[in-house]
Order: sequence, then C-alpha cells, then structure tokens
Amino acid sequence: MGKSTATTKDDAQALFRSLHSAYSATPTNLKIIDLYVVFAVFTALIQVGYMAIVGSFPFNSFLSGVLSCVGTAVLAVCLRIQVNKENKEFKDLPPERAFADFVLCNLVLHLVIMNFLG
Amino acid sequence: MAVPVDAIIKQSPPSSSLRFAFGNVLAFFILLLIGVLAFSIRLFSVIKYESVIHEFDPYFNYRVTQFLTKNGIYDFWNWFDDRTWYPLGRVIGGTVYPGLTLTAGTIWKVLQSLNIPLSVETVCVFTAPVFSAFAAWATYLLTKEVKGTGAGLTAAVLLAMVPSYISRSVAGSYDNEAVAIFALIFTFYLYIKTLNTGSLFYATLNSISYFYMVCSWGGYTFIINLIPMHALLCIVTGRYSSRLYIAYAPLVVLGTLLAALVPVVGFNAVMTSEHFASFLVFIVIHVVALAYYIKGILSPKMFKVAATLVISVGLVVGVGVVAVLVAVVASSPTKGWSGRSLSLLDPTYASKYIPIIASVSEHQPPTWPSYFMDINVLAFLVPAGIIACFSPLSDASSFVILYLVMSVYFSGVMVRLMLVLAPAACIMSGIALSEAFDVCTRSIKYYITSLSESLQTDAGDIVPGNNITSPQNDVIKPDKKEELLKERPSRKNKKKEKESIEKPSVKSKMTKRPLVLPVEASIFALFLIVLLGAFYVVHSVWAAAEAYSAPSIVLTSHSHDGLHVFDDFREAYAWLSHNTEVDDKVASWWDYGYQTTAMANRTVIVDNNTWNNTHIATVGTAMSSPEKDAWQIFNSLDVKYVLVVFGGLVGYPSDDINKFLWMVRIGGGVFPHIKEPDYLRDGQYRIDSQATPTMLNSLMYKLSYFRFVETDGGKGYDRVRRTEIGKKYFKLTHFEEVFTTHHWMVRIYKLKPQKNRIRGKTKKLKSKTSSTTPRSGSLKKNPWH
Repeated sequence: MGKSTATTKDDAQALFRSLHSAYSATPTNLKIIDLYVVFAVFTALIQVGYMAIVGSFPFNSFLSGVLSCVGTAVLAVCLRIQVNKENKEFKDLPPERAFADFVLCNLVLHLVIMNFLG
Repeated sequence: MAVPVDAIIKQSPPSSSLRFAFGNVLAFFILLLIGVLAFSIRLFSVIKYESVIHEFDPYFNYRVTQFLTKNGIYDFWNWFDDRTWYPLGRVIGGTVYPGLTLTAGTIWKVLQSLNIPLSVETVCVFTAPVFSAFAAWATYLLTKEVKGTGAGLTAAVLLAMVPSYISRSVAGSYDNEAVAIFALIFTFYLYIKTLNTGSLFYATLNSISYFYMVCSWGGYTFIINLIPMHALLCIVTGRYSSRLYIAYAPLVVLGTLLAALVPVVGFNAVMTSEHFASFLVFIVIHVVALAYYIKGILSPKMFKVAATLVISVGLVVGVGVVAVLVAVVASSPTKGWSGRSLSLLDPTYASKYIPIIASVSEHQPPTWPSYFMDINVLAFLVPAGIIACFSPLSDASSFVILYLVMSVYFSGVMVRLMLVLAPAACIMSGIALSEAFDVCTRSIKYYITSLSESLQTDAGDIVPGNNITSPQNDVIKPDKKEELLKERPSRKNKKKEKESIEKPSVKSKMTKRPLVLPVEASIFALFLIVLLGAFYVVHSVWAAAEAYSAPSIVLTSHSHDGLHVFDDFREAYAWLSHNTEVDDKVASWWDYGYQTTAMANRTVIVDNNTWNNTHIATVGTAMSSPEKDAWQIFNSLDVKYVLVVFGGLVGYPSDDINKFLWMVRIGGGVFPHIKEPDYLRDGQYRIDSQATPTMLNSLMYKLSYFRFVETDGGKGYDRVRRTEIGKKYFKLTHFEEVFTTHHWMVRIYKLKPQKNRIRGKTKKLKSKTSSTTPRSGSLKKNPWH
C-alpha cells in the first residue's frame, strides 16, 4: 500500500514536471489566450458561486453572465486551436482570418447577451 | 469536398479546368431550374382552386401576420388576444413561434417599400413555395458537403418534388413547417460545413440559422438533440477532431442564448430535458478536447500515467455529478419532458394520458402505405444511399446516416414527422442515384475510350488525360468529379434511379479500383434508373396535383354532371361576420376556432391552439350533453351562437359527428359524468335507430340532424354514415337555427334568450309553442337589443 502511494506520488510528480516543461514550450501568444480562457472560466465560477449563495433571481441576468463567460472561453479555445501552429488541420488558415472570425463571433455573442440581459 | 477540388486543380490539364468552370455554370442553371420546379409544382392549389389560405393553422398564422403588418413588431410581442379562448384570452406574442410570421411580414414590408402592392394574403400564400425552393438549394449545399456536386444536385431535385414535403408546403399552406424545413436543412448544412472547414465564421452562421429554426418551429429540439448525438458518436468512434470542437461548442453556447431570446422558448432552453443532451455532450467534448490536448503535448508514457490518474479521480467526480443531475431531473414532475416529446419516445404515451394530443390525426403513427405515398421510390433507394455513405465514412456522411436513422424512428411515431424524414431520404437517395449514375456512365465512358484507343493503337496500359483506369486510388475522386459533370445533362431530363444501384455500390466498396461494369449492363441500368426516376416524377406530380392541393376550406367533387364546388365554410363565416354583433361569442369544436377568428372575426371559446384542456373539455361536454345542460354550459360562457359542421347531406366525412367521440372522450376526461359507453351501442358508434338514447339526445346529434329529414322527404339518409338517422322528427327547445349553408355543411344555431326558457319551465305545454314562436321572431336580428 505504502509503496503504491509512493509510486503514484512519484508518477504524479513526474507528470507535473513533464506537463510543466511541455507547457513552457508553448508560444507566448497561446499562453496569453490560455490566460484569457482561465480568467473567463474563473469569472463564470465566481458567478455560479454567487448564484448558489444569493439565488438566481433575475435568471436571465445570471444566465447571460455565465454564458457570456463560458462563450468567451469557448471562442477563445477555438481561436487557440486555429492559431496553434502544431495543428496541421488549420495550416491554410491565416491567423488574421482566425482572429477576424473570433471577433465576429464575439460580436454576435455579446449582442445577444446585451439583448438577453434584461 | 475541398480535397477533390484541389486534386483536380493540381492534376488536370487546362482543358479540364475549363470543363470544371463550365460545370459550375451548368450546376448554377440547374439549381435555378430546381428552384423554379420546386416553386411551380406547388402552385396546383392556386390553379385548381384559388389563391387562398388552407386548412386550420394557416388561418391563425395569417391572422397573426395581418396583426403584425398592421400594428408593428412591438405590439405583436405584447399582443394579448381577447377574441379567442373566451373568457381566458391568449397571449399570442409569448406563445407563438414567430419565425414564419416575421418572415412573411418582412417580405411584405420589403415588397411594399419597393412599391409592389401585394396583399398580405398573397404573400402568405406564396411563402411556402418560395421557401421550398430555398430548401431545395439548402439540400444541394448539404449533400454537396457530404458527397459532392452530383449527389447534391440529385438530392435537390428529389427534395423539390418529394410528396411528403409538398403536402406541407403547397401554395396556401401557410404553416410553420413551410419555413422550418428550410431552416432545418440549412442548419445541418452549416454544421457540416463548419465540421469540414473548422471555421468559426460558419459556426457563427450556424448558430444564427439555428436561431431562425427555433423561431420557426418546435421541431428545433430535433436539431439540438441530433447534433449532440453526432458529436458524441464522433467522440465514441474516435473521430474527435478540433474541427468538431469548433462546430459544436460555440453552437451550444450561442444557440442556447439565442433560443432563450425567443419568447415561446425562453428559459426552457436551459430548463427542460430536451436540451440537456446538448449540455451533457458540451461537457464531454471539453473533457475529450482537454484529453487530446494533453495527449498532444505529453510523451505517450507520461500520458498513460496521467490517464490512470485522471480516470480514477474523474470516476468519483463523475458519479457525483451524474447523481446530482439525476436528482434534479427526477425532481421535476414529468422528469422535465413535455408531453409532446414524451409521446415521441413512448408512442403510447399520448393515447394513454393526453386525449387531446391523440385526437389529432397528424399525431397518429403512420401506416405503411403512407411511406410509399409520401416518399415513394426514395424508400427503396435509401439503403443504397446508406451503403454509399459508408464508402468512405466521413464525419459528414456519418451525420447524414444518423439523421436518417433518427428521422425514420420519429416518422414512425408521428405521421407529421414524416416531413423530417423527407429531406434525409432525399439526401440518401440523391447520393445513391448519383453513385449509380457515376458507375454506369464511367463504364460506358471506359468502353468508348478503350474502343477508340484500340482503333488507334494497341490498347495501352495507361489511358492519358482525365481518364478512369489510372490505378491510383486518389485519382478516383477527380474522376468522379468529371463523371458528375457528365451526368448533369442526363439529370436535367429528370433523374432518379434504380435498385440496381445497390449492386454497384456494394461492389465498388469491395473493389478499391474504379468499378467498371459491362457496357450492356450499364446502359440497361441507366435505362432502369431513368425509368424509376420517371415514376417518381409522375407520382410526385400526381400527389401535388390531386392528393395534397385541396385547401380543405373549399371542397370540390366530380360527379357525372360535372364539377361541384362546396364553399360552405366561407359562406358560414361570411354570414357570421355580417349578421352577428362584433362581440358575440361563437362556440364550436376547437378545429374551427382559428378559422372563425380569422374569417368571421368573432370571439371563440376554444381554438386549435389546445393549451387549455379543461376549456376544451367544457365545450366537449356541452356538445355531448342534452340540450338543456348544454344551454346552461354555453350560457355560462356567454356564448351566443353554436356552429356545427355536418357532412351528412353531401357526404363530407370529417364532420362533427365523426369527431364526436373525441368530444365525448375529452369531455369525459375532465367531467366524469360524461361516459363514453353511454354513446356506444355494444361498443359500436352509430347514429341510426339502434343508437343509445344518450347519443340521440346529445346536443351534437340534435344540432347536426335538426330538420335533416326534410331534405329527402322523410328518409333522413346520412351519406357519410350510410344509414338512416335514428331520430328524425324533433324540436329544439333551447336553440334556434339561424343559418344553414347551401350544402348544409355548416349549421349555425343561436341560444334562445333566457326568458323563453323560464316561460317554458313554468308551463310544460308552452315549451312546444315557444319553440316555434322564436323562429318567427328570429327575423328580428338581435333580440338582445
């Protein structure tokens, strides 16, 4: 038992080390996007926590708040997928085009959010 | 799709790129013609009858559109309609799918601003044909994404003529489905397009198109369940790609928000189980995406370690989440599912619990002949199309297969969902036909080239140019392309194909090399295919002209002395609007509610929007009660006139006597003193002398057959039930006949004012005289004044 926990611990440590080293090789622009995604998800979690404590009364406001964060995160992930040089599928797609799509999609998303906010 | 195009550009000599351009132009004109065909085949109803709105629901949509064009969009959202469901009223703005109305209203506005003075009614009548042309084009786009241009064109032609769709979109059928099918196909196209390209731009368009679908039809839940299913299928079968993520994740977020914007859906978009599948898959796809990402940056060994770690932790968390989810869903009374959706999953649900759903004929399961009637030869071609989709299986073709399978199931539950099956069947058949044409024409072409070559030289191993025999598999695709170009002209003179298709496509799957059939066989197969296509065309035109064009508001019959037109409905509604007060309430069975409000502009008690079962049951009870009780019920509802539809004189089968058992059932469901067995003699529904006294004394019987015996000199022969009626001579004590249309199809009665009833009560004898006196008094138009 003790031995197996020890190996699990070792494994986990090795895993985190290799994860860390692999991730630090990521280009800076992708790291920025990742930060943005994490921030958006974190904001969403705060709102969910707030809802759990205070209640979801203006439900459309809660919904638009959370979905705006989730949507932002999802779109940023899509952008990240598209501009990631390692993704062979999107070689033909220039990053400018990807970013334009991203902006357009965000525009639509937030127009809808504004409408729905109430 | 992009791959073969690239291949062709790289590999083909200039001459074939010219041919390619020529093919595009040709395809464009074919599409144009398909649009014209889809539009014009639906005009039979206008030519044979007149430019009129059909049936029941379209009248409501027409009335809403009129309101929209007259009062503007803001009044429309806030419209509380007090002319229906009296005394409850109905919030129209919040309970109607506004897509169709807004579409027609916008078209009307645009035309007006262009100084094209069409009436709202004309715009409404022609909305459905116009949108079926759009639907055909959307089918082309979708099928093109799956299997290339040739299949796309074939599928578009098939869809333009498929009887199932025609039945819902002839000119005048101004109903939600008219625009919804276009929206459905177009949403699927954009999903596939996003899946194939991985472009966020198309994902945005996809959400907007989904929004339009949500606006248009309750059937949008089909999309929001089918797409998650496909995403899940891709994940489970190991076809996950980042394109799938881009196609799916933004759609769920944006689509949910957009759906919540539509008042009739509102918070249901996140609260009901119909939508939960999409959220579940949304979570799953994120987990999978993360897993794939980590797999990409880690070494395989480390990934294994990570996987075991995550799975052991994830299992615990996952069980917890599922438990919470189940608890939430189970805590809602219907497990979060609405009745209509439940009846899809459990076909017997509706008939067991909701007679109002079961009573609608289009909610019944279809019979086998209706498959042949509605999709005709497509039913046989679909299996071939499925096989063709498996070779090779792509994300797009797996989606089409899934769509087909699901829609076959749903069409088996409810006959009206045959409409959802029709596009899937068309796409599959289009693929099958196109592949068959492909194989046959290729064989013929191969024969011709080898013939000409053997004339010039000894037959060489390598055929130059864009030909078929090059051994490389890659070349097959460009070849197909060429073939498709070739095959278009033949399609023009009406395509469609043959069972023989199955053989070729099975074979082509087994042999990796392009399949070449003997030339005689392929010519014969081509002939059969064209023949089959011709049958389909003939059937479709017949269905459009004869079976599905009747507006049901105007009826015709052919007899030995010529054509008879029965325009009784409009006669009756016109009488109502000219001879009754604006605020009078008219009671009828709910089928005629929409028409009465739209055409007669009178307040009705119940209508085709069956949102309040108790109210409908009240009317059902009144119709099944004896005269006096019925009078009391109607009087309590402030009803002035009662309208019944009676087909016994001319043999119109869908009249109120035939619907009467449903009134009894629905009424009895809420008011238990109405018992169905009381109206049946030995389990049989009859109106002749064997009928039960309850039946013969019910209001419906009396109103339908009052004075009927005078029409044929004492026999009282009912041509629908093919029998003599049971009780021929009787008088009405609480109602008086005020109007009966030319062919007796609509009869309108007026409730006698209360004082007559009191006089009749005080002296029994007098009731007889009083029943005749008001008749002469009925010349006085409004005794209330």
